[in-house]
Amino acid sequence: MLEVRLRHRFGGFTLDAGFAVPQGITVLFGRSGSGKTTIVNAVAGLLRPEAGRVAMGKTILTDVEARVWVPPHKRRIGYIFQEGRLFPHLNVRQNLRYGAWFAPKDAPREDMGRVVEMLGIGPLLDRRTGALSGGEKQRVAIGRALLSAPQLILADEPLAALDEARKAEILPYFERLRDEVTIPILYVSHSASEVARLATTVVALEAGRVIAQGRAAEVLGDPAVLPTGAREAGAVLTARVARHHDDGLTELDAGGVALFLPRLPQGPGASVRVRIAAHDVILAQEAPRGLSALNILPGVVAEIRAGEGPGALVALDTQAGRVLARITRRSVAALGLEPGASVHAVLKSVAVAPADVGGPRGAT
Amino acid sequence: MTDWLSPSEWQAVFLSIRVSLWATAVSLPLGIFTAYALARWSFPGKQLLNGLVHLPLILPPVVTGYLLLLTFGRRGPVGGFLEEWFGIVFAFRWTGAALAAGIMAFPLMVRAIRLAIEAVDPKLEQAAGTLGAARLWVFLTVTLPLILPGVIAGSILAFAKAMGEFGATITFVSNIPGQTQTLPSAIYTFLQVPGGEDDAARLVLVAIAVAMGALLLSEWISRAVARRIGGA
Repeated sequence: MLEVRLRHRFGGFTLDAGFAVPQGITVLFGRSGSGKTTIVNAVAGLLRPEAGRVAMGKTILTDVEARVWVPPHKRRIGYIFQEGRLFPHLNVRQNLRYGAWFAPKDAPREDMGRVVEMLGIGPLLDRRTGALSGGEKQRVAIGRALLSAPQLILADEPLAALDEARKAEILPYFERLRDEVTIPILYVSHSASEVARLATTVVALEAGRVIAQGRAAEVLGDPAVLPTGAREAGAVLTARVARHHDDGLTELDAGGVALFLPRLPQGPGASVRVRIAAHDVILAQEAPRGLSALNILPGVVAEIRAGEGPGALVALDTQAGRVLARITRRSVAALGLEPGASVHAVLKSVAVAPADVGGPRGAT
Repeated sequence: MTDWLSPSEWQAVFLSIRVSLWATAVSLPLGIFTAYALARWSFPGKQLLNGLVHLPLILPPVVTGYLLLLTFGRRGPVGGFLEEWFGIVFAFRWTGAALAAGIMAFPLMVRAIRLAIEAVDPKLEQAAGTLGAARLWVFLTVTLPLILPGVIAGSILAFAKAMGEFGATITFVSNIPGQTQTLPSAIYTFLQVPGGEDDAARLVLVAIAVAMGALLLSEWISRAVARRIGGA
């Protein structure tokens, strides 16, 4: 467990953040410029904060007041950079082994063969890094960090430099990392769908301050927490694949409610997380009939947040879990919505993009 | 083949090569260190150091030679100290020629290596640090392999410059056949005697051959290293 408490002036405002990183993936979620990279650099020891404390379990890495400072190379933190930063003079195998060479002899290590298999980089081992594609580079960078026997992994927007296809290629490897490796991971992102797919824990950051932290479903389902704006709002449901239908749809069981989505790659029985974007949800007072949308979730209004513009965010508690709907304030008034009111959430199947559905597990 | 040059001429050629090799080899570690300091560190007096390093490039060589004589001569502050404590004498010895050549070649070496260091992305060195490598290890395993083409180019450049050094050398250690008479000094001596042009011409050919050989070798090594680094 990593514990972070920092205060540092930068770029016109003051970063003042405190949070904990338990096992799994903790996503530092916020706009660019909200202080995310400053935080990871302070954790890695690449930046000296003005005040604060960083501790990994019982080991203190930084304590400004007590004048404790562990240099970066002794922190045993695997850092996955946005640009990969592979060594151009070494081949893939040598890059992967680089960190292991400096790790303490008695440190618990990942097995090279297992990591290579998990990341699918076996055929690349003897290649020069200059000849790799962006996605391949990033997979090698993940492997290199993992094999340095780290106590913590930092990933600073590791997908931001990749196009959509490469993102889709790398995301499953982070899901495997989350589910198969016991090292805690601190992952920086400004993408709501990345957060929804990967996060075990979310730390939402706004202008250098932590505005919410907790389990992914709770933080993403809170209409007051919009670190990247209301346009990006969306809740996360956990569901189980029930079966695949012949017409190309996959039926999910979300807490007893059936959800129909375009065909998923996961087999029946698999657990998936589905991000439901708030602007794709329609609310109805009564169970609608004669509607093309396939998914209708009955629920109770938990909270309503009116925005500065014409919009409002409505949080519903349904049997499937927390759902957010972004509608106009006019509709809120017209439907007479208030906490406790019964409504039906309507969601088109095709509104859910493949990138919004995540692989196995990842407690929400 | 050996008859082509007289023994004393061969002596001048080999002395020049020995002087240049020593000058290059001894100044290389210092050159890398200086280049690294100028490229990566900020410290008070950095511009002064930069100027000092480049001084031999812009001063008349005879001035550099005279300053060397004042400093490293047997009565000079440094020369006297070195002779008394270590028995090292520079004045009027081949070691002095190597010192003069090394100092004259130093700015060229430092410039080439400094450019190579500035081309290395500090983010790679930072990444090596997060992977557990202490500073010296980062330098040895990341920086040095990446600047190797620049180090080789700088060394060959320094060697070639040392081979051709004349002014500072003749001022500092004179022109003693078999002791301090390097290739350029020998050519100069021949040209001072009537009818010495033919002898001078042969030595000039040797000088051209050595310089071209060094240049081709450096090209070849640099290309091989660049291929190995995979940058190209």
